[in-house]
Amino acid sequence: MRDFDYAVPSTLTDALALMAGASVARPLAGGTDLIDHVRTGRLAPDLLVDIKKLPELNRLEASPSGLRLGASVPCWKVIASTEISRDYTALVDSCRIIGGIQIQNRASVGGNLCNSGPAADSIPSLIALGAQCVIASKDGTREVPVEAFCTGPGKNVLQPGELLVELKFPARAVRSGSHYRRFIPRNEMDIAVVGVGASVTLDESGQRITDARIALGAVGPTPLLATDAAQALIGQAFDEVAIAKSVAAAKAIATPISDMRGTAEYRVHLVGVLLARVLKAAVARARGETFTYQPGH
Amino acid sequence: MAKKRVVSIKLNGDPVEFLCEPRQTLLEVLRDTLDMTGTKEGCSNGNCGACTVLMDGRPVTSCLVLAVEAEGAEVRTVEGVACGSHLAPVQQAFLEGAALQCGICTPGFIMQTEALLAENPSPTEEQVRFYLAGNLCRCTGYDKIVRAVMCAADKRRAAMDD
Repeated sequence: MRDFDYAVPSTLTDALALMAGASVARPLAGGTDLIDHVRTGRLAPDLLVDIKKLPELNRLEASPSGLRLGASVPCWKVIASTEISRDYTALVDSCRIIGGIQIQNRASVGGNLCNSGPAADSIPSLIALGAQCVIASKDGTREVPVEAFCTGPGKNVLQPGELLVELKFPARAVRSGSHYRRFIPRNEMDIAVVGVGASVTLDESGQRITDARIALGAVGPTPLLATDAAQALIGQAFDEVAIAKSVAAAKAIATPISDMRGTAEYRVHLVGVLLARVLKAAVARARGETFTYQPGH
Repeated sequence: MAKKRVVSIKLNGDPVEFLCEPRQTLLEVLRDTLDMTGTKEGCSNGNCGACTVLMDGRPVTSCLVLAVEAEGAEVRTVEGVACGSHLAPVQQAFLEGAALQCGICTPGFIMQTEALLAENPSPTEEQVRFYLAGNLCRCTGYDKIVRAVMCAADKRRAAMDD
């Protein structure tokens, strides 16, 4: 593997100074993408800055004002969190299917976002749940909504010297529910052919949608916020007619490629199948019903 | 070349110090520096699970962990599973159930199974298959491995009841 230096700072200030200093510095969280990319020559860093000892990046704080998730928190801690499992279920659905158990024990949600793969399983959930990226550099801090973070396959808004510190989620609305699911030809350990995440809020009767956010993965160069698909549901009774309108709007923004995982036409079809299932599960959760996502079923 | 580092870990219960370059993986150091060759190299990109070891009790693919990242960690490899000359129930079940052919994947499966049974002593077949999804075997077709894991779970529970 390429020769590089390694630093493990204990303060964010030190980490940001290191990120700004070396000619090519990369942050190291779980390393499950990064180490492979360095080995294969896709990335050529001079310095890896291990961010796993930084308190700000290890944060996992659920409060009445929302959730703060540090960028280096591994998937297994997200899965084990009772608060995230209760209020941000789509994110747990995602973390349970990112790689296998060994990967989930290292890989972070922040790393999955920064790797910026079009098929990344956590990103549609982050978008559906309305997460904001907190980005720091030695010059200050800025916030970017997750749907504006990725700019192309493997590309994002991070500038040299910048570090994703945490993801901030709004408090879960009363009578809301969320879900993420993907289609793969296997039951586990695969890359999404299509992935769909959604969060919905219901009125007091539990029949009408008052708010919705829908996100699509693997049907464009970046994960997409499907605004029109959500708009088609808001104010409507949740029934097959509303689902069909939402599905049509979601399919309309899908611009997938054809590759070995599926043709463009197949992927557009899958958007409809998955979105209908995801919406039904998210609504069930919003109604307080138990819906356990068993991948492969 | 980047400066070598001294790293201290606990390996199968014993304190161990080693010198490594930042670019060396935990897998490389285990095999090439510490002569612990029970852990196998398969794909070297985290897909096959042959290099699975336990780090602070959690299974990880050691090809995707830098040795410097293991500083202060408790690492358990297949060499630490047997008790003296007595095979652990998981190892015995793999042997008796013929759950291996070429054997390259076996140390990874053993470590993953150790972690599974520590977390869930009575897994269903589906839970076994899901938990072992990150370990590939190109010989057995998995059925014998899954049966061996179920059998090992029974043996472990019986041993605990004694």
